[in-house]
Amino acid sequence: MTTADGLAAPPRGVRPADHLSVGRSRRRRADNLRGWLYCAPFLLAFGLFLIWPTFYGLWMSFTGTSLAGTNTQFVGLDNWTEALGDPQVWSSLVNTAWFTLLSTIPLVLVAMFLAVLVNIGLPGQWFWRLSFFMPFLLASTVVSQFWNWMYNPQLGLINTFLGWFGITGPAWLQDPNTAMIAVVITTVWWTIGFNFLLYLAALQNIPDQLYEAASLDGAGGWRKFLSITLPQLAPTTVLVLVLQMLASLKVFDQIYQMTGGGPGGTTRPVLLYIYEVGFTGYRLGYASAISYIFFFMIIIVSIAYMVIASRRSVKA
Amino acid sequence: MSAANPTTVTLTPVVPRAAVTARTASSKRRRGPAPARIAAFVILAVLATAWLVPVLWAVLTSFKTEAEAAAMPVTIVPDGGFTVAAYVKVLSEGLVPRWAWNSFITSAAVTLITVTISALAGYALSRLRFAGRTMLITLIVASIMIPGQILIVPLFHLMLNLNMVDTYWGIILPQVVAAPMVFILKKFFDQIPFELEEAALMDGASRFRILRSIVLPLSKPILGAVSIFVFIGAWNNFLWPFIVVNDSNLMTLPTGLQTVISAYGIQYAQNMAQAVLAALPLIIVFMFFQRQIIKGIATTGIAGT
Repeated sequence: MTTADGLAAPPRGVRPADHLSVGRSRRRRADNLRGWLYCAPFLLAFGLFLIWPTFYGLWMSFTGTSLAGTNTQFVGLDNWTEALGDPQVWSSLVNTAWFTLLSTIPLVLVAMFLAVLVNIGLPGQWFWRLSFFMPFLLASTVVSQFWNWMYNPQLGLINTFLGWFGITGPAWLQDPNTAMIAVVITTVWWTIGFNFLLYLAALQNIPDQLYEAASLDGAGGWRKFLSITLPQLAPTTVLVLVLQMLASLKVFDQIYQMTGGGPGGTTRPVLLYIYEVGFTGYRLGYASAISYIFFFMIIIVSIAYMVIASRRSVKA
Repeated sequence: MSAANPTTVTLTPVVPRAAVTARTASSKRRRGPAPARIAAFVILAVLATAWLVPVLWAVLTSFKTEAEAAAMPVTIVPDGGFTVAAYVKVLSEGLVPRWAWNSFITSAAVTLITVTISALAGYALSRLRFAGRTMLITLIVASIMIPGQILIVPLFHLMLNLNMVDTYWGIILPQVVAAPMVFILKKFFDQIPFELEEAALMDGASRFRILRSIVLPLSKPILGAVSIFVFIGAWNNFLWPFIVVNDSNLMTLPTGLQTVISAYGIQYAQNMAQAVLAALPLIIVFMFFQRQIIKGIATTGIAGT
């Protein structure tokens, strides 16, 4: 048996050591070139479609560029000062923050709740997963079509349902008091599946021994949830919270498709305003300046997360 | 090297497996008392129903006549029975099949290019010690923070100059830059034991052959996960195709559907039929590959969002 193993593996040990090191240094030199060569296709796309637009956009924000590409002269900080004094910019930033707050809270808490319930191990696992996760796979336009129809003031299922209890429902998407809530409900329905999956994976990674030990100490179900499940889910919650905030800050699709930012701009997020300024108002330079103000908000959230995450890993 | 191979292949890092095996254990463990389980079941059933209602309602509407879809006391089951008239109309007159084809072609191209260039770069960053490697890794990771949405203005300007507005390439190319995927693949390659390649290098195999015949076959799970994630993202992408394409013959499903919302106005049954048709491909794919998709999204999604 041992001889057979020895015969099977000779080539590695046979070569003399000096031979090997010569091969290594030559390989290292070749690796220098090869490394850049292998990265080249990605770097080409990366440079052209990510890095260049990032800097070009910044440059554009200091110019008066229009959609036709004319009027590219340098205007200094004009766009920036105009943006900071533009009440539409501020209201769209407030709307974005408000949407982020309203959507993030349920998208974290309800996702956790659903995952904990599904993780109990009730029959019908695939059905629960399908129900809560499937909407995440739908395109935004499909989701918006479904929900525009649900919210239809006269014919929609929601107001029909309310009608059975004698309640006259509002014109959800046309009423400034309910439009934002309606969009948030749709967003929760659409995207909760992702957070649900992350929580489900985290729950399955909690070691059984923790629960067994707690049972021996006489802890009940609720007690176990509070002192084992919740603390064990803390890292996932931080992650889900930040990913969700970043996703919510970037909201555009469903609002554009469901309310168009209306009524009266009450649901217009900052990305929609950038789109309007750039592509229907043809002011690319001004749109770029607003884009960068938004970029700083995203960076702040990202950095805040990295600080929290690194502190956590230092503790651990 | 050929002799050493079979034993080591089984040691391949297959990261997501752990979650699958853990599930069987977890279903046994938290068995609470019976009343609690029944309560949990009822709550779940109510919530799952609530989650399915918007889809079911759209499907129901799509099988009604336009008159019945817009009938004032809303009926669940129409008096005249169900009909496929809306589907016939949409498929014969509308551009839905064309948009589905555009979506498929562009998403498949985005997936193919993204996975190829990301795997090449990921391999180089993982295995080749070249000058500037650390700097590149830092740059790529830092770039994950840049939200693609803020680039629509300069990107559109770039596409105008490249004459790519209203072309497939205009839709495809800006979507192939996926820094998170490069990073995910690099991390996966890092876990593959280097001895395998060392032996092949000694035997004089080229780097490219090693990548193709050793590294990539061992990385099937992660390549599958990345492909699924990228494909779904491209299939459902709205903002960029919406910006770069105006010709309705070149639109993808999500953007084409958007033009119909405004054009059809109050043709509710047809609207719903289009939406259901647009949703169908991914739902069917999901039914078949539920486990792989869930696994893929859970492993790549964290860095991908």
